[in-house]
Amino acid sequence: MTLDVSSDSAALSFTEKLAQIPWSFVFLVTIVACVGFAMLYSAANGQIDPWASRQMLRFGVGLALMLFIGMIDIRVWMKMTYPLYGLVMVLLVGVDLFGSVGKGAQRWIDLGFVQLQPSEIMKVTLVMALARYFHGASLEDTGRIPYLIVPLLIVGAPVALVLAQPNLGTSLMLIMASGAMFFLSGVRWWKFALVIGAILIAIPLSWQFLLHDYQRDRVETFLDPDSDPLGTGYHITQSKIAFGSGGLTGKGFLQGTQSHLNFLPEKQTDFIFTMLAEEFGLVGSVSFLVLYCLLLLFGFVIAGRCRHQYGRLLALGLTVNLFLYLFINVAMIMGLIPVVGVPLPLISYGGTATLAVMVGFGLLMSVHVHRDVRMSRRGLGDL
Amino acid sequence: MSAFDRDAERQRMLSRRTLVLGGLQGAAVATLMGRLYYLQIVESDRYTVLAEDNRISLRLVAPPRGLITDRFGVPLAVNEQNFSTIIVSERAGDVQQILDEVGKLIPLTEADERRIQRDIQRSRSFAPITIKENLTWDQVAAIEVNLPDLPGVSIDVGQVRSYPFGEALSHVLGYVGAAAEKDVEGSSDPLLTLPGFKVGKGGIEKQYDQALRGAAGNRQLEVNAVGRVIRELSRDPGQSGREVALTIDAKLQHYMHQRLSAEESAAAIVMDVNTGGIHALCSSPSFDPNQFAMGIGYEAYQALLKDERTPLINKVIAGQYPPGSTFKMLTALAALESGIVNADHRVFCSGHIELGSHRFHCWSRNGHGTLDMVGALMNSCDVYFYDIAGRIGMDRIAEMARRFGLGGKVGLELPGERPGLIPDPKWKRQALKQPWHQGETLIASMGQGYVLTTPLQLAVMTARLASGRAVQPHLLKSIEGQFAETTQWPAIDVKPENLATVLKGMNAVTNVPGGTGYRARINVPGMEMAGKSGSAQVRRISMAERNSGVIKNENRPWRERDHALFVAFAPVQAPKYACAVIVEHGGGGGAVAAPIARDILLECQMLEAARATVAQQPPPSTDTTPPAPNPAGETP
Repeated sequence: MTLDVSSDSAALSFTEKLAQIPWSFVFLVTIVACVGFAMLYSAANGQIDPWASRQMLRFGVGLALMLFIGMIDIRVWMKMTYPLYGLVMVLLVGVDLFGSVGKGAQRWIDLGFVQLQPSEIMKVTLVMALARYFHGASLEDTGRIPYLIVPLLIVGAPVALVLAQPNLGTSLMLIMASGAMFFLSGVRWWKFALVIGAILIAIPLSWQFLLHDYQRDRVETFLDPDSDPLGTGYHITQSKIAFGSGGLTGKGFLQGTQSHLNFLPEKQTDFIFTMLAEEFGLVGSVSFLVLYCLLLLFGFVIAGRCRHQYGRLLALGLTVNLFLYLFINVAMIMGLIPVVGVPLPLISYGGTATLAVMVGFGLLMSVHVHRDVRMSRRGLGDL
Repeated sequence: MSAFDRDAERQRMLSRRTLVLGGLQGAAVATLMGRLYYLQIVESDRYTVLAEDNRISLRLVAPPRGLITDRFGVPLAVNEQNFSTIIVSERAGDVQQILDEVGKLIPLTEADERRIQRDIQRSRSFAPITIKENLTWDQVAAIEVNLPDLPGVSIDVGQVRSYPFGEALSHVLGYVGAAAEKDVEGSSDPLLTLPGFKVGKGGIEKQYDQALRGAAGNRQLEVNAVGRVIRELSRDPGQSGREVALTIDAKLQHYMHQRLSAEESAAAIVMDVNTGGIHALCSSPSFDPNQFAMGIGYEAYQALLKDERTPLINKVIAGQYPPGSTFKMLTALAALESGIVNADHRVFCSGHIELGSHRFHCWSRNGHGTLDMVGALMNSCDVYFYDIAGRIGMDRIAEMARRFGLGGKVGLELPGERPGLIPDPKWKRQALKQPWHQGETLIASMGQGYVLTTPLQLAVMTARLASGRAVQPHLLKSIEGQFAETTQWPAIDVKPENLATVLKGMNAVTNVPGGTGYRARINVPGMEMAGKSGSAQVRRISMAERNSGVIKNENRPWRERDHALFVAFAPVQAPKYACAVIVEHGGGGGAVAAPIARDILLECQMLEAARATVAQQPPPSTDTTPPAPNPAGETP
């Protein structure tokens, strides 16, 4: 059975596809990335090396990758979803066994120009896999518990591998993004309430009664690798001082004392937004958040205009991912939530996160360009 | 239900849930913005202060310590440059190799190297570590020349207190040393927290420490998270220490020190009888204050502490001695003022008198025959003073002694002054719980027994006798040019004719043949001195010894010999200088101490005469330009 409500966009020519690319979105992404370059330039005390230059190179690669992915038919991506998911799972197992360990948690494979963290890529492929699975699901399907076993496995396998690295921040992001996917697919409210309620009860109970002292210590160390007061506490204190001393208009570009005198830790990676807020004040920090929210808005709009479930779920899932990056990072450095190592994509110095986000944007674009393609419930529209 | 309817229903569900999700995200972003507002607007002031605290480090700047000069501006205590070599490990590379190189230029002990390596490990890599302090000029030059081959090494110029007159003035000036805990306690001066900051540890350096110290300056530095200095934001040099001018005459002091060095252990003081200004004050043996300023070693310090000649003690103010016969002027004056005896009172001296069952001896075994008061002073006849003391009683003598500055601290601006002791019946009752015996009055009348005085007190006594005024001794002439000397003193309430009688007796001591100090008289017309000798027993002479003949001083161990004392003033006609001399365990006052007093008073007057001559002569006019003003900071 086919639904003959859309024109067949398989017939789109290369130039037509090019015209369909949302160039305003590309422009917006580039603007945000340029803010990132400026902050990396400042983080290096007004020098393009070592961070800004390399970040520009990566962004260039990412931009090409984004456009390339965007031009490829969404149905191709849909077909490749499970193989891609499988490939990244293999990589995850690979790094758990053979990968290099940095900062006690992140594991990567060195590709030369970038140290690839499969867990970052998994953030994209997991969303793809869930979109693929729920693409054909009716509301009746999602109401049946047995139907949810497979997607739970799809989520559980990578989460377990990432936890084993151990990387709590990424695991939580995977779980939350997946939760959003389940929610959007129509899984009933009460099931979420049940799961969340069970977790809320289980955590303190198991903490209190099941775990031995030494296990608790291990968990504490695991949750908070540097729990000494001069570690995490110091970082967040200095970060808050940097925010506060920025005031309304900031200290000026390259003038941030907290960052330039090294009171601020990790200023080129996780704490780069702190530096932006210190140098440009509330005006700068809020403007930046608005800019970032525009990116999120694009994601919602693209999902809204898409005419197939796979595209909608994919676009929304990627948008949720981007939101989670933003929220966890910014909330952490302002001391709202505990410290978990999550970067701010496009701004923080770091290869994989940039590339992963650019790949995600490419998929968004593919969804947009191919928003009207015909797709069967099984997901295999004719090419 | 058709597939189309199903899809439409599913899409409506998705739209609703997208809205929920979007709403949640909007709320989350609003939370972030609220937090931003709280941090960057509400709490901004607090965090701005914290950021500045992080960034700005205040470093104290020690101001240069004030100079100390003599009455003519000759510098007595100055600040000299002190060179040390330092190393910054992060610039040095291989520290051990550099140290080996430095070791070829200046001697480095193994202990030095261990300390350097330890300091380097304990400090940040950019912190300078001292390799060696107090370098000589040759060592500085050797390192300077080789600096290109010694990365990370440099020469640091510091300041060290220097005393050009060394030992001669150590008891007046004191010295400086690192602030001890008790110096820091209760003081809010931030300078004291400065590592290596030196404070006055004795003498004038301690007494006028506040004025000499100045006020701390500071530097505002921008530092980074590990404390490295990025740049200097501002600098306040602080207030230099003020210059303290003393009443000391450096030349006289220098002479006096040399003169006293001929004796084993002695002390002397010269003061102006009218103003009270002290021209010289010397205790010998002495110590080198420069050693202390540089940091004296343990062994050298122990040697000073254990020396029985007590080089660390200023005997002028802290040495308490029986004044011996130098006390007799006060007994005489007390007797005259009492009205019980007059100047013509005569006593026959047979060599001793009896009081009850006790026999009191005169120093002259065979007696002096009949003497009046002037004759008794001239010959220092003990029997005469036994007689008049017995007539007037101890209270009158004690009262007169106190009027002339004995029996309590006179209040010179030097730490460590001792009060001495003038006994009277009331004191004995209270302190010893014993009644006063009349025999003790006789002993006290010739400055023995319980009577204790410091050389400073004896000089004050002499100055007050010579001027008839209650002069107070002092060392401070001016601070930073502000004249701080009191020169007018009230007259002492004694009858002028009585005072004249006593002075006549003092004149006879040195200027009438047969006087106990005649052989030490000053022969220069207009510079003659008047004085009084004293020999203070430090041991009791037993009856057995007196019967078998008193052992002569020269034959006793040093510790048991008499103290030799002499007090004098000059010139006799118009008294200007008063002098007190003590030679510890030196023997007879007239023979040992009087010549020293003579030499000092003569030198004192000669210097004055020489200065007056120079002042009267016009400056050499070979040049048309006016002569350059003599800088105060030039050593003679």
